[in-house]
Formats: sequence, structure tokens, C-alpha cells
Amino acid sequence: MFYREAGQFKTNYVSDSAIFPLREDRIGIGLIIAAAYALAFLGNDFLLQAVMIPFLIFSLASIGLNILTGYTGLLSLGTGAFMGVGAYACYKLMTAFPDVNVIVWIFVSGFFSAAIGALFGLPSLRIKGFYLAVATLAAQFFLQWCFIRIPWLVNYNVSGALDAPLRTFFGVPIMGPNATPQTRYLLVLTIVILLTWLASNLVHGRIGRMWIAIRDMDLAAELMGIRPLQTKLLAFAVSSYYCGVAGALLVFLWYGGAEYDVFNINQSFFILFMVIIGGLGSLIGSFFGAALIFILPIVLGIVLPAVLSPFGISVGSDTIEHLRFMIVGALIIFFLIVEPHGLARLWQIGKQKLLVWPFPY
Amino acid sequence: MDILYKVFIEPFVFMGEAPDLLIQTLWEGLVSGVLYALIALGFVLIFKASGVFNFAQGIMVVFAALILVGLYEKGVPAFLALILAALAMLVLAVVVERVVLRPLVNQPDIILFMATFGLTYLLIGFGELIFGGNPREMITEALLLPQGTTEIDALGGSIRIQHLDVAAAVIASLMIGLLAVFFSKTRIGRALRAVADSHKAALSVGISLNQIWVIVWFAAGLVALVAGIMWGARSGVSFSLQIIALKALPVLILGGFTSIPGAIIGGLIIGVGEKLGEFYWGPLVGGGIETWLAYVIALLFLLYRPQGLFGEKIIERI
Repeated sequence: MFYREAGQFKTNYVSDSAIFPLREDRIGIGLIIAAAYALAFLGNDFLLQAVMIPFLIFSLASIGLNILTGYTGLLSLGTGAFMGVGAYACYKLMTAFPDVNVIVWIFVSGFFSAAIGALFGLPSLRIKGFYLAVATLAAQFFLQWCFIRIPWLVNYNVSGALDAPLRTFFGVPIMGPNATPQTRYLLVLTIVILLTWLASNLVHGRIGRMWIAIRDMDLAAELMGIRPLQTKLLAFAVSSYYCGVAGALLVFLWYGGAEYDVFNINQSFFILFMVIIGGLGSLIGSFFGAALIFILPIVLGIVLPAVLSPFGISVGSDTIEHLRFMIVGALIIFFLIVEPHGLARLWQIGKQKLLVWPFPY
Repeated sequence: MDILYKVFIEPFVFMGEAPDLLIQTLWEGLVSGVLYALIALGFVLIFKASGVFNFAQGIMVVFAALILVGLYEKGVPAFLALILAALAMLVLAVVVERVVLRPLVNQPDIILFMATFGLTYLLIGFGELIFGGNPREMITEALLLPQGTTEIDALGGSIRIQHLDVAAAVIASLMIGLLAVFFSKTRIGRALRAVADSHKAALSVGISLNQIWVIVWFAAGLVALVAGIMWGARSGVSFSLQIIALKALPVLILGGFTSIPGAIIGGLIIGVGEKLGEFYWGPLVGGGIETWLAYVIALLFLLYRPQGLFGEKIIERI
């Protein structure tokens, strides 16, 4: 009714394998992107700085982990550390070569992360499942230890922290204390859209199908001529690339400066939550998951005091914090029980319903 | 060549020169190994019977210890508090089975794993809400645990042995022995092993899966309580204990997820390896390598045996 495929004929292979085969979908995604850009001029600084920028960055990291866990079926708990590699690489590069535009270095820093990711992905050839997850913890703790112990990574500064130097793009400050949330938002949005587009082309193409074949049954995939070593390592590299870029964005375009502690084990778990709640093996799910896991606690922090105060219960900020933990935990369990395939599955069901409405099928 | 000398020769020379230090380090490694094994045991129990990788085991340790200490501070006698804490773990087991496990039967492993994550968050929030976030002292004296240290003069030096550590080792061994008897001799233990072998076959001979799950979660809760007491006595009861529980993971993969002896031997290897590495090789790279050495040791073992030392052999078919 609202949304129909009648009359839209696919006359060649290219249009059949398009990512958005329906006209409505193409219009919808165009509108969403336009709205996202419009938000930069309509939203206030709080919305951009505290909600939208981190939401986009975490979405990017979730896409990275989703490529590894959702598409290739390799569980990783080292996401936080791979994000850290990106951030530290970006810091070293842009302080060593300040003349080159920093946007270049953000993209290049991902390659360092990809190399480290592929290195720690080597055991995946022999180890599977939870065993691999614990093996990636080795990467998490080892890399975090490196961030603390190697002062070269932060150019020997005393505080041991990363800080965002002032960088401009055609004269407009895009990084450092002078950059407005608006410009940083626009930059993050553009990078995330570009990389998401790239990821969707990867996972829908030959490489993506190789990953999915490995996930579904690696022995069978091997018999069909897919080389497991290259495919798995490629998944690790691409996944770490995304995480690395997300890490660089996180530190330099959101926090503006950070210590090694940002990339701890909790960050890894946090991203894994987003991927699972959003939906394994779904790019749009990564965005849903990031939205739910990141924005929900913020909303709860605003809503809870407002809900409790009419009952004469005035609660301290630490109680709110604990309640938030409890509610997020309960919601994770609730969502898993209601829809174990994640929010992306709910989205699909919703689309199907719109397609056939007002008929049941 | 200098670096090779420092890595391969010097530590061993040092070990030979000061055997008392070596024994001391080994002893400390063994004790922490036993304690790691105690946490890992909780994981293994649940994984064997329900195939759930229970991430909440770490927070269960903290939670059990907090209930014990919290009740004691309210004026409840220590041993009554111990029983009440055990009862609380039973309630937790029943609730988890009802609310989390039952609706998620037959879901992929990773979904159940995530559900225990949700449980972890829930318990962290709940625990902090009730008991507050401040670290507390474990009530070692009230529970009649020995304190103090003995110094043994031997090997040209002296070795310090904490009485508490000896008690921890004895209690952990008792616990493991009891579990072994429980698993092999009792009716419920046999049912547990049947479930571990095959859920479907166990169901078809009339074993109630729901009941079994409550029992294993309760058993894991009891193990968590003991682990909480022991860890709490060493480093205080606080939510940071949960991080220590992550150390149980390399122990698990080293021993194999499904093996109780594996958990114990894995714990000892990790404990000893970690302490030796930190003491003899740590200074070469600036120390602090304890945080990741355990994982690297486990990783090296895994490359040789992907299913862990005692895990079930992985057989893959198409």
C-alpha cells in the first residue's frame, strides 16, 4: 500500500543485484541522508556534540565488528584495542607530517589498524568460537598495555594522553578546540556515509559472499574453493580498518583528547552489544544497535528524574546511574528474548508489513 | 646479543642464585592459580550443562560476597549470613532459569552469551543500588579463616606463607573433590553429565532440563560464593573483582571449556606462568605484563591444541 514493488521491473543483472532495488527505498535513503545533513544546521550543539557525533562514530565501529562477527562469524573481543591502534596511528601521523591534510591521515590510520588486526587474526585459522573470542582478548590487553608503556606513541608527552591539535580544511578549523560541533559533525557524517557505502558494496559483492560462506560453514566453503586463510584475514583487516577509523574519529573529532583508558575492554563489549542488539550480519542493524545502546542511557538519564519526581522520589545522580545500568541490562535481555535476530529483523518485518498493508499477506 | 642474554640466560641464573625467591614466586603462582581455577570452575559447570558461556560468573562472585558482607554489617551472625547468601544464589538461579534461559532455549550460543551480558549489567546496577559502590573488607575473622603468616627459613633465605593462602588452597581442593564426587556418584550428578552429553537424549529419558539448569546455576553460585570469600579476603570486596574474573577466561580456554580437571590444571599453569613471567621477565619490558601474559600463554597452548588441554576433541563434518 504505502510501499510497493508492483510495476518496478528489473531488466538486467545490475538492477537485480542493486542494494536498493525499490524506488521507495532509494527515495527513503536519500531523504535520510538529506535529513542528516540538514540536522547540522537545525540541531543545537548539545544534540550534535553529545548525541549525533558519537552515535555515528559508534555506528562505524559496529559496522567494523559486524563485518567480522556478523558476516564472517568470527567473534572478537578486541574491538576497543583496534580502535585504539587507529587513534594512536592517526596521532603519530598527523604530528609527524602536519602539512598533509588531517582527513587523509584519518583514512590512512585505518591501514595500521588493519595490519595489526590481520596479525591478531592469524590464530583464527585454528581456533573457533569462544576460544577465538578469548584469544582476541590477548590482543585487547596486550595492545592496551602497549598504549600505556610506550611513550613514543604519545610523543613522550608527560600526561600520556592524546590531544587533538588544531587542524584546518580550506581555512575552516575541523579539529582541535576551535572546531565547532557543526563542522565536526559534517566531517564525521561524510566519512561514515562514504565508508558505509563502501562496506555495503563489499558485503554484497564477491568478497561478502566469501565471508558469508565461511561463516555458514567453513569446511564446505573451503571445498568450494574459497581460501579460508585469505578470507578470514581479509575480514579481520577490513573490520579493523573500520574500527581504526572509528577510533581516530572518536578521539580527535568527539572527545578532542583521550587517554589509553578509552580503549579498554568495556569499549569492546559496548560495540559487541550494539552489533548483537542491532542484528548480526546487517549494516542497517549496526546503526540501530548504536542508536539503542548509546542513545538509550542518555534518554534514560533525562527521563528517569522527570518520571520519578512527581511521586516525591528525589533520587541522586548515582542512583540514576545504577538504575540506568539495570534498565539497560534488562532491556538487552528483553530484546534478545523478543527478537534474537536483532532490531534489523524487526525493521525487515516492519517493511514487509508496510508492503502488504492492509492485507495480512 | 645482549637482549638474548637478558631473555634466555639471566633470569635462569637469577633463579639458580636465589632459590628461595623462586620457591616464593612459585608458591604465590600456585595460590593465585587455585583461585583462578575456582572462578573458572563456575564457568565450566554452567557451560557443561547448558552450553551457555556465562559471562555473569564474575559479577556473581562479587554479588555473593557483597550479600555476605552486607548482611554481616547489618548484624546477622557470620555463618547465618553465609547460609543466607547461599540462599540468595539459589533464588538468583531460579530467576535466571525462569526469566532468561527458558525463553531463550535453542537459540545460538552467542545470543545466550549476550543474555548473560545483560544479566551482568543488571546485577552491577542492582548490587551498587543496594550495597553502594564502596569497597568493603571481607569478614575473614568472623568466618574463622586463619590469618597471619609463617616464615620458613630454607634454601638460604626465607619463604613467607600466608595462612589464608593455605586455607584457600585447602578449601578449593575440598570444593573440587566434593564436586567430583557429586558428579560421579549422585543421581543428580549423573543427570548433569547426561545433559552435558546431549540435551535431546537427556530429555528423552525423562530428565528435566529446567531443573538441571537451576541446579547447575545454583552450584555455580555456590562456587562463586566461595571464590568471593577467598578473593575478597585477599583484595577486598568491590566491583573491580569482576575484572579479575576475566582472568578466568584464559584458564578456561587453556583447560578446555568442558573439563573440570582442565580448569584446575589450567588455573595452575596460568597462575605460575604469570607470576614467573612478571617476576623474572617483566622488568625487561617495564613491568605490568601480568595483564596480558595469561592470554598469550593460553593463545600459545591453543595454537597447539585448539580445543584446550582437556577439551573434547573437535570433530567437524559437512
